[in-house]
Amino acid sequence: MNIVVLVKQVPDTATERKLDPADSTVDRAASDGVINELDEYAIEEALLLKEKHGGEVTILSAGPDQATDSIRKALSMGADKAVHLNDAALHGSDALQTAYALAQALGTVEYDLVILGSESTDARTGVVGAALAEYLGLPQLTLANKVDIDGTSVRIQRQTDEGYDVVEATLPAVVSVVEKINEPRYPSFKLIMAAKKKPVAKLGAADAGIDTARVGLANATTEVVDFAAAPPRAAGTVVKDEGNGGVQIADYLAAKKFL
Amino acid sequence: MSTRRRPPAPDPLDFLSVDSSLSPEETDVRDTVRAFCRRELLPDIADWFEAGTIPDPRGLARAVGGLGLFGMHLEGYGCAGTSAVAYGLACRELEAVDSGLRSFVSVQGSLAMAAIHMYGSEEQKTRWLPPMAAGELIGCFGLTEPDSGSDPGSMRTRARRDGPDWVLDGTKTWITNGSIADAAVVWAATDDGVRGFVVPAGTPGFTANVIHRKLSLRASVTSELVLDGVRLPESARLPLAEGLGAPLSCLNEARYGILWGAVGAARACYEAALSYAATREQFGRPIAAFQLTQRKLAEMVVDVNHASLTALHLGRLKDAGACHHNQVSFGKFSNVAAAQRVAAKARSLHGANGITLEYPVLRHMLNLETVATYEGTEEIHMLSVGQAVTGVSAFR
Ligand SMILES: Cc1cc2nc3c(=O)[nH]c(=O)nc-3n(C[C@H](O)[C@H](O)[C@H](O)COP(=O)(O)OP(=O)(O)OC[C@H]3O[C@@H](n4cnc5c(N)ncnc54)[C@H](O)[C@@H]3O)c2cc1C
Ligand SMILES: Cc1cc2nc3c(=O)[nH]c(=O)nc-3n(C[C@H](O)[C@H](O)[C@H](O)COP(=O)(O)OP(=O)(O)OC[C@H]3O[C@@H](n4cnc5c(N)ncnc54)[C@H](O)[C@@H]3O)c2cc1C
Repeated sequence: MNIVVLVKQVPDTATERKLDPADSTVDRAASDGVINELDEYAIEEALLLKEKHGGEVTILSAGPDQATDSIRKALSMGADKAVHLNDAALHGSDALQTAYALAQALGTVEYDLVILGSESTDARTGVVGAALAEYLGLPQLTLANKVDIDGTSVRIQRQTDEGYDVVEATLPAVVSVVEKINEPRYPSFKLIMAAKKKPVAKLGAADAGIDTARVGLANATTEVVDFAAAPPRAAGTVVKDEGNGGVQIADYLAAKKFL
Repeated sequence: MSTRRRPPAPDPLDFLSVDSSLSPEETDVRDTVRAFCRRELLPDIADWFEAGTIPDPRGLARAVGGLGLFGMHLEGYGCAGTSAVAYGLACRELEAVDSGLRSFVSVQGSLAMAAIHMYGSEEQKTRWLPPMAAGELIGCFGLTEPDSGSDPGSMRTRARRDGPDWVLDGTKTWITNGSIADAAVVWAATDDGVRGFVVPAGTPGFTANVIHRKLSLRASVTSELVLDGVRLPESARLPLAEGLGAPLSCLNEARYGILWGAVGAARACYEAALSYAATREQFGRPIAAFQLTQRKLAEMVVDVNHASLTALHLGRLKDAGACHHNQVSFGKFSNVAAAQRVAAKARSLHGANGITLEYPVLRHMLNLETVATYEGTEEIHMLSVGQAVTGVSAFR
């Protein structure tokens, strides 16, 4: 069972995140890059499946030089090898172009399953998985909170507002995960020490057979036209308890769909 | 012409960018321990300190062992084999939470495991080290006695031969992890000088009693070990340990961890003070705006960064095999003293809040009393630096 996990490096959500005013792309120099949180769950799930079924876990990440930090971390969690797609031509690619580029890069790896986070914390389109499956002509199973494999097919529990659906597809397939699925492990020091010896294939656009006319800011199908800082937080609502405080709070939570 | 970029403003939390010279693996170790501390230890530490114990030491040992923290700088036998700097960084991040947690790791890795790793037989190493590295077994290190502290050569615990066996009698005290340990490395005087023994818990005649009513290092188990005719086979003796130099060399390993740990405690106090000063308002402005507060903060920044540089430099020397034990003495007493100054200032800056467990400052300040005492008191390390520079011993 060979599994590829897609890992995006994103700005740390704990720090202030910025867009580059020149071209409206993420200013990656402004904050530390970390593994997109949901992708850690994707890595954990791949490692658990590998522990059960054998095979290899490969990390695939498209991103600039500093994405190597996140790739190294994924390897020190226990992945076996990595593919780093890095080419200036990819800068500013939108979700569709990123999916196309990742699909091309996947052509250089053997796999039975692709696992990815269901969305990133920076752009949050949640589109890459679906577009990737389309480009690869593979079935996609989304929002998995449980994944089982039986050799030729994969079955997931798809998280819904009410509970879950059970969905199945033949392998190879693309599966996106939600954070309920597992508890990602910490890298171990032994694996941290071993990570630098694990193979990381560095691919340029040409190595992956990517048509550079189909990627990059200039060719993007979408454009970030404008952006503004989020408005400062508005004052909270004060509920005064005149006997029906509990009801008021319940109504408030229900209106916000928390109940 | 080259365009000159202005260097970025210093990070208040790493003012001299000490961490910028870390290797990728060292950074990964730091980040892993930091994340572990933030998620698994920080939320509970004040409760553990208040309760005066570590509630689930076995669970903690397994979690810490899972990361590979125990004996991480040792080679083989299930140990990760990291650099000394990486080990130091782990100690720094742990002690930023609490000195007791760093002690939990130091005693296992740098005292118990290091003693077996340096002085043990192959059979002892394969029996004890892998499960200790994994955190399945807990070890302790018994050198100090009620009447023998700074002067361990005066120890009264005796090991005498009886046929093929050894029989140990005596009392050890202030032993970290003593009553939760599966094995104690115990040092005893023999007719041929000091020797070390691995005493499995449960050996007849061996008992461990918890020391209560501590006001420092409360999130740590400290015990007395009583050895009453404890009979051990020759295979329990550490074959390569001959004389007092053996336990002292183990202490030197542990002190190295302490000089890094002190940086963590200092940094935690400084960070707490910085954030408190920014938010606490008196006389209509944040107390950070008063000159006297800024002086405290500036002095804290200097102490934290000096200590941090000392630790990193000694770590680099150690990785190059060039760190002398007198240099470790320098680091131990200067860094712990720096941390004590920082903690005291941070405590005062928190006003009344500073005496509670809601803030980490008094907890660190109290812990540092132990850190200044164990593994060689401040005076003992001053004497060893004094001897190193003058050539004259003033110990006795
Ligand atoms: C403010 C802003 C707004 C944007 N809005 C849009 C928009 O409306 N439409 C649009 O098409 N693009 C948009 N983009 C561009 C978008 O950031 C990129 O296209 C991005 O590479 C893919 O989208 P995502 O991060 O939302 O992926 P998602 O679909 O949210 O991510 C899902 C998963 O895909 C995988 N993945 C994503 N990117 C990579 C990668 N580079 N390498 C490996 N795995 C990866 C990860 O596993 C991730 O968890 C925007 C960018 C910014 C900065
Ligand atoms: C919480 C805790 C955990 C500990 N854990 C362990 C452990 O796991 N294993 C272990 O073996 N020990 C442990 N210790 C013991 C510790 O190492 C000793 O307390 C330390 O070595 C000092 O010994 P002492 O307490 O007997 O003080 P003493 O040696 O009696 O010293 C008292 C004072 O006299 C000063 N003094 C002594 N000699 C001189 C001199 N020549 N010149 C000037 N001043 C001098 C000292 O600096 C000190 O200020 C622990 C202690 C504590 C508090």
